[in-house]
Amino acid sequence: MKRRELLASIVGESDPAASTPIQSVDQSPSISRFANSSLPNVQRTTAGMEPYTGVWGTEQILHLLRRTTFGVTRADFTTLKNKTMVQAVDLITTVPPDELTVPLIYDASDPAGSPGSTWVNGLTNVSSGSRLNSLKAWWTNLMLNQPLSIREKMVVFWHNHFVTEFSSLPDPRYAYRYLALLRKNALGNFKQLAREITFDGAMLRYLNGYLNNKNAPDENYARELQELFTIGKGPQIGDGDYTNYTEQDVKAAAHVLTGWRIYQNPDGSVGLQTSSFDQTRHDIGNKNFSYHYQNATIVGGIDGAREVDELLGIIFLQPETAKFLCRKIYRWFVYYVIDDWTELNIISHMADTLRANNWNVLPVLKELLKSAHFFDTVNMGCMIKDPLGLTLGTCRHFGVSFPPSDVVQQYSMWNYLWSTASSIGMNPGDPPDVAGWKAYYQVPQYYEIWINSDTLTKRASWTNRMVSSGYSSSGAKIVIDPLAFVLTLSDPSDPNRIIDEAAQYLLAVPLTASQKTFLKEEILIPGLPDYEWTIEWSLYLSDPTNTTARNAVTNRLRALLMFLMQMPEYQLM
Amino acid sequence: MKRREFLRRAAPVSALPFLVGGLSMRAYGRSPLLEALLASSTASDRVLVIFQMNGGNDGLNTVIPLDVYSDLAAARSNILIPEGLVLPLSGTAATGLHPAMSGMRAMYDDARLAIVQGVSYPSPNFSHFRATDIWLTGADYNQELGSGWVGRYLDEAFPGFPTGYPNTVMPDPLAIQIGSVLSTGLVGTHGPMGMAISNPNSSYILPGGSDLAPDTPSGHELTFIRNVAQQTQIYTTAVKDAYARVNNIATYPTSSLANQLKTVARLVGGGLKTRVYVVNIGGFDTHSSQTDSTNHELGNHANLLGAMSGAIAAFQEDLAQLAVDDRVIGMTFSEFGRRIKSNASGGTDHGTAVPVMVFGKNVQGGVFGSSPAIRTTSGNIKDNLDMQFDFRQVYFDILRDWFGSSPTQLQAVLGTPRFALPQGPLGIISPSAVADVPGDGAVPREFSLLQNYPNPFNPTTEIRFELPRAASVLLEVFNAAGQRVGVLAEGERSAGVHTVRFDASSLSSGLYFYRLRAGGFVETKKALFVR
Repeated sequence: MKRRELLASIVGESDPAASTPIQSVDQSPSISRFANSSLPNVQRTTAGMEPYTGVWGTEQILHLLRRTTFGVTRADFTTLKNKTMVQAVDLITTVPPDELTVPLIYDASDPAGSPGSTWVNGLTNVSSGSRLNSLKAWWTNLMLNQPLSIREKMVVFWHNHFVTEFSSLPDPRYAYRYLALLRKNALGNFKQLAREITFDGAMLRYLNGYLNNKNAPDENYARELQELFTIGKGPQIGDGDYTNYTEQDVKAAAHVLTGWRIYQNPDGSVGLQTSSFDQTRHDIGNKNFSYHYQNATIVGGIDGAREVDELLGIIFLQPETAKFLCRKIYRWFVYYVIDDWTELNIISHMADTLRANNWNVLPVLKELLKSAHFFDTVNMGCMIKDPLGLTLGTCRHFGVSFPPSDVVQQYSMWNYLWSTASSIGMNPGDPPDVAGWKAYYQVPQYYEIWINSDTLTKRASWTNRMVSSGYSSSGAKIVIDPLAFVLTLSDPSDPNRIIDEAAQYLLAVPLTASQKTFLKEEILIPGLPDYEWTIEWSLYLSDPTNTTARNAVTNRLRALLMFLMQMPEYQLM
Repeated sequence: MKRREFLRRAAPVSALPFLVGGLSMRAYGRSPLLEALLASSTASDRVLVIFQMNGGNDGLNTVIPLDVYSDLAAARSNILIPEGLVLPLSGTAATGLHPAMSGMRAMYDDARLAIVQGVSYPSPNFSHFRATDIWLTGADYNQELGSGWVGRYLDEAFPGFPTGYPNTVMPDPLAIQIGSVLSTGLVGTHGPMGMAISNPNSSYILPGGSDLAPDTPSGHELTFIRNVAQQTQIYTTAVKDAYARVNNIATYPTSSLANQLKTVARLVGGGLKTRVYVVNIGGFDTHSSQTDSTNHELGNHANLLGAMSGAIAAFQEDLAQLAVDDRVIGMTFSEFGRRIKSNASGGTDHGTAVPVMVFGKNVQGGVFGSSPAIRTTSGNIKDNLDMQFDFRQVYFDILRDWFGSSPTQLQAVLGTPRFALPQGPLGIISPSAVADVPGDGAVPREFSLLQNYPNPFNPTTEIRFELPRAASVLLEVFNAAGQRVGVLAEGERSAGVHTVRFDASSLSSGLYFYRLRAGGFVETKKALFVR
């Protein structure tokens, strides 16, 4: 069910983007009763968009990595330690060329080929679940093994912005093309992406664009294009008037968008071109817009693409369009509360940068990530990890080894991570509806949507599993190696150093002295003086092949890691 | 279908939810049918309190072998407790207690304290971590077990947990760790079987106490997640209510252990049906300055023993005042004892065997085993103490005679006895309590005749049989020539587990057969009597 249908079935029209709570959704049992009932009134920073000039140390490096990747790795951390802040941000925002791999078949029953071959160029339209699983597993791996780059975070950002739901598409080949489009434009031009997504086969299908013809225009895409994808919907200030556009504008845009069809190559394959224009289905009359769009008129004709460009031109002429996107970027990378000060000093500034750079998002990201605002300690540790950040991040923190080459084994593991994320509320490829994940728009809970008594228990049980038995499938196993992790720390013979460094690396909020004492005296070496750890550690080091000595320290480290990852602090980033 | 079979089928392993280790449990799929089935059993209300003495307790300065005192003096003059200050125990001249342990001495004299000498296991490990794992899991020295012995017992006693729990029969946590982290001992084969509580009024553990999160965005989100975590704990109300129902009556000393025990006494006294509690006292790793350098009866170890003895005596008194002392026994253990010889820094290094103490109104008081040998046969001071009892023998007694575990359950918890059991069952639990052992409430699934225990035996052994329903039974013993030499049970017996004793003192050594006939069931087994 699409968001609109769902909401309409409950309360009629409602508004995910406006700043008032949506009462109907507040009743949802999936929202914890402890979640915000109004936006929190907590201390914010007044550090603005001026370049950050403060300390560039471990805290700042970790903060940057936590927010721009799906989890800190030792390697990325080490790389950035040798860079200045400016170099670090430049590195992260310089995307390496995307050697776009293709998802492979790993289900032997797929008629299109054997495991290890791809299905994306195949002629047959097989909408089997295994292809969708293949696509999602493949995507999961791109995120899991991302290079030191913000790209993967931005791909999911755009997916959450220009939403399609893969399981609603009849053909996963279109989902692959859609992802390729997002990847190509991940740090590119917002306006260009809005244009290309309009003609994307997956989007045409998802929001019924392919059914939109002059005789009975389908307004679905025309509405979401404005409400969710570009200018955003403001409070309703009159009959059919949503501050930034009106119902008239929805209708006019729907007429502009008539005539587009999903395209398949004559041989049945899906190529780079996924749509075509059928002028016989296009409304050639003039389209008149409201006062919000300066009463603009688009002259009708038989060049559908020209009319779409003019439509986007009108929408992107409005200052609100830049602000709308910048608020989403802010909530994706910084925090969900945008108070008056932040709106005035941060959002407006970002929007100015976006427009001054002709809708290229890269300068906006660079400026934000280099700002005093971003690095202010008040903005650290205040995001709740989304399910991908938890699952992928946990594997990345500990450098969990995945099967090196066997396709079936690899895809099984990636699929497992994806389905774990899905079981705690985030199914990449299939957001709950066209508005994306509620954690990024639902007033006033926002990120707190991710955590309730069910998902928190599942999160902890999953991290427990990864640090104990691990997950086995198809003859392969993924598991956290506590010993390998601790060996990357500066002095594993010192229990205090282990706790200091593990806590700093794994937790985005600093622990208090009493918490650290607790971790040492209750978890790592209960009831024992520090030197006993040192002795046990040296026993292990003196003979690393001795199973008993190794298990003795491994079991203690496992208990420590298990507890650290059960701490509420671990859910923050 | 029998209750347990049903439960096992109704709760496939794959459906078991995971429990956050010691932090949270959720009720999954409560089913009225399951509850009704469970309600048909008779639950034990017996409680075991486990005292873990972290660090490795110096047993020789705790339970002092007066009969070999001169050997002891030769081995550890710099930490030796003056003989005249050792607290004597009534009825024995061989053994005394550390001068700081007056409280437990009184319990001994009152027949409420059993001291089991020389408890260890073959090929003892000297690593704190590994040795602790061995004691908590019940493993052999070369065996890795992922679950604890208490956890496995609870697996057996509460099949399918946590599916269907809490319920009317077991509305409370199965086990409670007083503290912040669930003991490995309380982990069952499918996950944690208990919860950790440091403060019953706030049963969610905030590491480091009640540090408040700061008034910042991250502090705001942290507080939110902490609140949710607390909400996931389904037993919070039961624990709070029990805690609030009664107050401590006895006067406790001031110590961490005393505070833990005060909580346990209130929870038991307040009516929790929780079977097992675990409390901890740390600091026994006395490599140096174990005693005061001049007055050896004082110092670090004396303070620890004094704190422990005082807390335990107060706890016992409190239980009596709260009229629940019938229900509770306690067991102390440490991951190892310490060396016979003291070191030059006035302490003792990691050792092997150590006394285990079991206490309570229903304990058979006394010293089990003998004073340890300090010298070798050639007269040299030994390095380490010999094992007299395997630690799993103590567990065996508690499981069988206190909790009423059936042979099948004992097998599941402790495995096939891999350890030597030279003396057979220790008899730590008083005979009257053994006679009243409630069983786990489970009616056996089928007729069975169990292997006698111990076997071989001299001159007595015990034979158990299980009846799924009331039946007329005949249990006879034959010698190798096929002649009947005795009848151990005859007549109508109720459904359940039955134990009979076979005394062969009037017979000669050799092989015997025992045969059970019950409701059409016939089985014969062999027993070997070795004089």
